Amino acid sequence: MSTSAVSHPGHVPAAAHAEKTGIWSWITTVDHKRIGVLYGASAFLFFLIGGLEALLLRIQLGSPENTFLSPELYNQLFTMHGTTMIFLGIMPLSAAFFNFFIPLMIGARDVAFPRLNAFSFWVFLLGGLFLNSSFLFGAAPNGGWFGYANLTSRQYSPGLNIDFWVIGLQILGVSSLAAAVNFFTTVVNMRAKGMKLMRMPMFVWMSFITQVLLLLAFPVITVALILLMFDRLFGTMFFTASLGGDPLLWQHLFWIFGHPEVYILILPAFGIVSEILPVFSRKPLFGYAAMVFSGVFIAFLGFGVWSHHMFATGMGPIADTVFALGTMLIAIPTGVKIFNWIGTLAGGSLQMKTPLYFCLGFIAMFIIGGLSGVMHASPPADLQQTDSYFIVAHFHYVMFGGSMFALVAGAYYWWPKMFGRMLSEGLGKVHFWLMLIGFNLTFFPMHFLGLHGMPRRVYTYPAGLGFETMNMIETVGSMILGFSFLVFIYNMIVTARRPADAPADPWNGATLEWSIPSPPQEFNFADEPEVHSRDPLWERKRAHGGPLPEPQRVSGAGIHLPNPSFWPIVTALGVASVFISIMMVHTIGPIGIAAAVLFFFFGVFKWAFEPAG
Amino acid sequence: MTDHAHALHPPTTTGLDNRKVAIWTFIGSECLFFASLISTYLVYKGRDTRGPTPDEILQIPLVTFGTALLLFSSLFVVLALNGAQSGNRKRLILWLGMTIVCGLFFVGMQVYEFQHFVHEGLKMQTNLFGASFYTLTGFHGTHVTIGVIWLITVFITALRGKLPPERALNLEIAALYWHFVDVVWIVIFPVVYLMK
Repeated sequence: MSTSAVSHPGHVPAAAHAEKTGIWSWITTVDHKRIGVLYGASAFLFFLIGGLEALLLRIQLGSPENTFLSPELYNQLFTMHGTTMIFLGIMPLSAAFFNFFIPLMIGARDVAFPRLNAFSFWVFLLGGLFLNSSFLFGAAPNGGWFGYANLTSRQYSPGLNIDFWVIGLQILGVSSLAAAVNFFTTVVNMRAKGMKLMRMPMFVWMSFITQVLLLLAFPVITVALILLMFDRLFGTMFFTASLGGDPLLWQHLFWIFGHPEVYILILPAFGIVSEILPVFSRKPLFGYAAMVFSGVFIAFLGFGVWSHHMFATGMGPIADTVFALGTMLIAIPTGVKIFNWIGTLAGGSLQMKTPLYFCLGFIAMFIIGGLSGVMHASPPADLQQTDSYFIVAHFHYVMFGGSMFALVAGAYYWWPKMFGRMLSEGLGKVHFWLMLIGFNLTFFPMHFLGLHGMPRRVYTYPAGLGFETMNMIETVGSMILGFSFLVFIYNMIVTARRPADAPADPWNGATLEWSIPSPPQEFNFADEPEVHSRDPLWERKRAHGGPLPEPQRVSGAGIHLPNPSFWPIVTALGVASVFISIMMVHTIGPIGIAAAVLFFFFGVFKWAFEPAG
Repeated sequence: MTDHAHALHPPTTTGLDNRKVAIWTFIGSECLFFASLISTYLVYKGRDTRGPTPDEILQIPLVTFGTALLLFSSLFVVLALNGAQSGNRKRLILWLGMTIVCGLFFVGMQVYEFQHFVHEGLKMQTNLFGASFYTLTGFHGTHVTIGVIWLITVFITALRGKLPPERALNLEIAALYWHFVDVVWIVIFPVVYLMK
């Protein structure tokens, strides 16, 4: 399975690497850059679906006692909105950047296991399609993204809805775990000469920590989902209180996963912002070591605060106090990061380009989200705020105001490297202002609505409670927010029609990805780079006394690359078949599961014994 | 498990093979998987309102024998690895074969135990003990089964003379997984059988 791409002295040179095209080349690709593009494109489509769901919810809530959506459909839409944005939107959008940029930033030719990387993507895509296929059956998941027991039991949810959720999330978990093993190994083992841990770009550092969180958090939700699946399909009673089962066990297992999960969503965003700010401030990142260690500290604490999602369950004063203190403690390393970003900007020669706009938006919005987060770290305050729109406001400020602003910033920043074309600056700034205004109109009033007692996850509200005006403002704001993404898509289309003329280093970057042509050639680096400092490209430019000459495209003859393979997609189909056959066990019986397992092993063995080239 | 020549391995940052880093990473992740299952078992211990209870049904002697074989198999796979690394084909085949036999016995023992319990009236649907016992030991058994399939695959490669010393890592990776499955059982055995 170790098919790392390197040049071997004496290796028989293949013909010069011609760019391969056609759909088959994408299906069998093991190139981390193409897989990154595949992740980005599919995640963006899922993100648009999740956004559309949100707009439908906002239309329903725009006026009191609205009948635009039925209560049943409303439940399905808010569940799928949350599940989609977390597992099919933000996580894979981050994965798109992991894939495309971690190898480039550490000076590697590919990830540690290129075929495993392709496998992760195909499993993700199949899992996402499977989850969304539930709409075709009119049975989309409807138990919330948290799926609290015993709402999800067969007794209270007899339909297929929760089955789609429980199976879909397990399929997606396989993808995340495979990717996490791969990227952990890549960062540990594939760094260029001289790229010590404390010289790694901050995006690589934060992504590395994210992989550790994935590795430790996903097995826990896997177990929770397995227990729920057994309850629903095989008649066990893990979460049935009348037989001694404890619905709270679900909440504990879910949030032991769920809290690290929010850091899985935000740490890559921290990394992206920490890359962009220095480049557009023309000075190195302020407090590099403090940034690294605060990231590690956030991740570590993230495993010890899960019960702050459960204050309302009545855990008693000692547990409440410990979890409240732990949660408040997280504000410290997070504050360190915010001050370091401001320190990076301070005194810098700011280049007011679109990526910097989105980063500044990120800092401001994330501070608001962080502050409301510290508020409900306090159990008495939380008891007032829990299950109200105040919480919805909080997590949208950290997830959208935080993660999405940073991911969009990353898209504008890295677009020229990925596609060889600069996105339009003018349209980018229009996108930014519409997104900032739309976002705040949508989510800021939710703070007040929540404190005034409007409960979340309820499909409507009566007139005369004073909720009407603010809900109308939010609905209008959400349309502006949605429109801002149409501007983004228009920008992509306009850009794609222009000639590919982006230089290798359009922003005066500091990291290795800007040292090679845009878009990079299949083998990334013609010569393996050597690193002597934290900002290797700035160092090279200083030594050169000015901008470097444009790097030339070379033939790449003699560079050994892993062969394309279709066994990853076959094995991914095997994984999906196994899980779907379990869901259908009462129709197809154990023979069906056995057949699916055999199909999966067939893929594994063909993969394992495929000559890796 | 690939056929490509490992002599051509690129130098890695740590000097360790990528696959070795990956299997350790995977094992770290698996720890949390079993920790969650074991926690679930412990949380639900003694909360049943109906039997059979662990005291009534668990039989220590047979499982102790199975446990001993599983522990010995960890030693055997080390001997097999030594054979693979030193090019001693006879030692490799003998001890790898012994490891597989032990693994197969353990799986067989578990199948027998499960059938016996079902016969005695303990199913997954019977009570919390049944649900959490079958889930915990069943997932461990699945891991052992996958380990046996993996080791048999390596065994066949060895029989065909395709496991020379420079590819001993193919066995070492499988062996690391095998040790992990063994270590997990060292936790499960006292938690389930000795603390009943």
